[in-house]
Parts: sequence; C-alpha cells; structure tokens
Amino acid sequence: MTPLLTVDDLRVSFPTRTGEVNAVRGVSFTLGRERLGIVGESGSGKSQTGRAIMGLTPGHAKITAKTLSFDGIDLLSASPRTRRDLRGKRVAMILQDPKYSLNPVMPIGRQIIETLQTHEKVSNREARQRALAMLEAVQIRDPERVFDLYPHEVSGGMGQRVMIAMMLVCGPELLIADEPTSALDVTVQLEVLAILDRLVAERGMGLIFISHDLRLVSSFCDRVLVMYAGRVVEELPSANLAAAKHPYTQGLLNCLPTIGSDRHPLPVLERKPEWTQ
Amino acid sequence: MTGEALSVRDMVVVFDEFVALNGVSLSVAQGESFGLVGESGSGKSTLLRAIAGLNSFESGTLTVSGKRYEGHRRDRDFYRTVQMVFQDPYGSLHPRQTVDRLLLEPLAVHGFTDVDARIARALDEVGLGSGFRFRYSHQLSGGQRQRIAIARALILEPKILLLDEPTSALDASIQAEILNLLEQARKDRGLTFLMVSHDLGVVSHMCDRLAVMRKGQMVETVSVEALEKRAFSEDYTRDLLVASEGFRRT
Repeated sequence: MTPLLTVDDLRVSFPTRTGEVNAVRGVSFTLGRERLGIVGESGSGKSQTGRAIMGLTPGHAKITAKTLSFDGIDLLSASPRTRRDLRGKRVAMILQDPKYSLNPVMPIGRQIIETLQTHEKVSNREARQRALAMLEAVQIRDPERVFDLYPHEVSGGMGQRVMIAMMLVCGPELLIADEPTSALDVTVQLEVLAILDRLVAERGMGLIFISHDLRLVSSFCDRVLVMYAGRVVEELPSANLAAAKHPYTQGLLNCLPTIGSDRHPLPVLERKPEWTQ
Repeated sequence: MTGEALSVRDMVVVFDEFVALNGVSLSVAQGESFGLVGESGSGKSTLLRAIAGLNSFESGTLTVSGKRYEGHRRDRDFYRTVQMVFQDPYGSLHPRQTVDRLLLEPLAVHGFTDVDARIARALDEVGLGSGFRFRYSHQLSGGQRQRIAIARALILEPKILLLDEPTSALDASIQAEILNLLEQARKDRGLTFLMVSHDLGVVSHMCDRLAVMRKGQMVETVSVEALEKRAFSEDYTRDLLVASEGFRRT
C-alpha cells in the first residue's frame, strides 16, 4: 500500500533582511491512515511543516523537498488549481484559535456550506442538511440555533467544534490539527479531543496532530515526531515514550509540573547547538 | 512568618446584571502561596482584578496588610505592597516603550531615585541581563516578555504578587523556567502569592493551598496534600483533576 502522504527532506526558508531563516530543515516522514503527532517548542518548525503540506506557506518563502506528495500527487509541482481542489476537500486543517480562524462577519452555518459548495455540487437544501448533520456530529446540542449564530456569539469550545465540523464536512482523507485545543479550557479540551478522536477513527482519516504538549500528543497519537530547530530529533511510538533516548525529548517530558511530584525547581530544558546539526 | 497578608470577605462583583463574583471569601497568610483554579468565566480572574482595583466590587471587604479597601480606589501604598503579573505577555507590555522605559514607570510613579541601579538589578534577577534593557517588547520572545513583566512587578519590592495565569500563553518548556523564576523570587523575598491558573498541575506545583471556583463562587478549598491524596469532597474538583491528567481514549 502506498502511503497517503510522503514527505522527504522538506525545507522551508524565509528570506529576511538579515539573511535566510531556515524554519524547516530536512524533515522526512510518511503517513498512512494513522495518527502522527509532531511536537516541539515555538519556532521548531512544526507549524510550518503542517502549513507546507497544506500549501499555506507565504508566497515569499522558499520550499524545497525531494518528495512532497499526497496520494501520488506531487504537491510542489501541482498547479494552484489542483492545490485548491485538494485543500479543504481531501486535506483539511484545524487551526489553533477559533476566535481568529472563523470569519467574524458570516454566520457559522453559511461558512460550513461555503466549504461544502466550493468542492461539491450540492443544492442549498442538501448543503444545509449536511451542515446541520455535521454540527450534530461534533455534539452541538441545538444545531438549528447554532447554524445562524455568528462566531462571536459562541464560546471557544463551541467555536472549535464548529471549526472541526467545517473541516470534516467534505470528508477529507488527511486532517492536520495545529494546536487544536491550546486556546481552550482544560475541561473543554477533553471534550473537543474526544470528538476529534471519534470522528478521525470513524472516518478512517490520516491525522497530523501538532502541539507543544508531548504528553497530550502521546495520549492521542500512534507515533510521535519530536522537532527541534527545524529538524526531527527523534521519532518514537507513543506507547513507548519512557524509552525516549534524545535528551531533548526527555527534557520535554520532564518539564511539566504534575500533581503529586515534588520537584523544586522543575527541570529545565537544555538546548544544545549540536542538536541542530 | 505569621499573620494575614490579604483577606477577602463576601466579595460581590456585578457587571451590569451579571453577577461575576457571588460572596467569595478567602484569607491568605503571609508568605503563603494560594492558588485559584476553575474554568473560564468562573470568576477567578475577576477576583484577582477586584483585589488589584482593576474592577470595582459592590459589597464585601478587602483587607491588605491590615488596611481596608473599597470599590476600585487604591492608594500608592497598596501598589507598593501588591503587584500583578498578567496572562498575556504580548498584551501587557507597552509596544512602543523600551524595556528601560517600562521598568522606569513604576519607579517614577513611586518616587524612587536610584533608578539605574534598580533597573539593572531587576533585569539581572529575572535572568535577562543588561543587553535587553533598550529593546522593545516585540524584539523579545514570549518567555522573555513574561520575565520583563515579572521584573516590572518585582521592581517595587512588593509583599504580595497577584499572578493571573502567568504561564498559560507559554510553551511547556518555557513554563518550567518561569515557574522556577517565580519560586526563586518567592523564596528570596518571602513573597505571598495569589495565583490563578486553569492547570491543576501548575497550581499544585506552586501553591500550598488552593480554592476551586465555579460560576462566581468558591466550591471548595483544599490543601495540596489533600489534593494529592484525593481527599476532596466536590465532584467538580474531581472533574478538573481528571482533565489535568490528559486525554484518555474511552
């Protein structure tokens, strides 16, 4: 079976006045219909990796890769039109904060319908039905009411569910979730994750889950890539986190305060320049 | 150290018709570190802001170091005793002022004269060094900004620090550094902390006691030892505890 997504030696760099900034420096992985977590600190290039796959990298950036292909389609040489057709239909992305990623001047229902009708020829009536069904699938209790609300009228957790509904309405094969719950309350986080987990499992999607929280990612994904300074420093199955060999991964695991562990001061991450080599 | 640093009795805060705080009482001893947890809208930040005088309270009493305060008026003495660190380091620093200017402001307000030495010392204490003194906040990372915010709070040598989710906008790895910095400052200066967080892990690491808030009321006050032994009575506390342990597939 060919993998859904192949990334080989992906590099993303941004020209700036002070020279080139290499955000991603040679990331390689393949993804089937599984859950892959990408973990790292701010600036490790994890979001830029996701954006490059999605085709959302800013125009002035330079992307190179030996291979960057989705289901046999070479993404780097694909025409803008092909990429537009892929984006939203077969590859979808959930962004961090629903406050900024939803259109503030369009009712929620219409935004979902817009995604749907961009990619599929469906009547208004059917589109409405499917949008409502999708809102119900993300456990929104009163979909008819929420359908007509504007994004500012719903809570963060509800907004993120709407985002998930909008991204899944076309039935994508690959979902990229970039910190989908970081902007939410702890208690709401679990609900949203449970919904995401169920839908990904039911629909058999491939998932790339990007986060800075190693524990969260490991409880959610099958496999975890740990990124540091634009490179993958370690790849490990999430069931086997304790066996992490790289000091950076161990540092990420240890720096979280947990209930019942008396560690004062908390261990702090070391950052060594040789890891970037 | 004994005695009460800060006490709140039956505090009520109302915004228009909405009751944000409904009769909240708490008492924090000198040198203690007290945590407030709860979900968004539970009133934990409102309580902190009402203490700091950033919003007014309708009824109830607030006593800080033996002095009573009302409404939102606070005198200069109050701010010598109580300082606050906010959640979002991107929003809480003036974008058009250098770090030097930012740190000078509280000193000027309170009539300090040895400003140069104090600013240098404050920067040193938060681990930034004088190289950061003439930078703007947009030239700093999130963790560095939060260090500046902490330096700005500590520069007046307060006794009480109000911390409103000081690390929730930061990466897990930077969070550890900031928490260590705060603990060190508390140890060195014998500070009293009143800390708001939605993360039980953080609160149990930093605090001796904590209160769980929900819908403007205090649900329960427990010690951290009791929390570790799960000796609490409210279901809501249990929900929060389960949530803090991370996602489990059911």
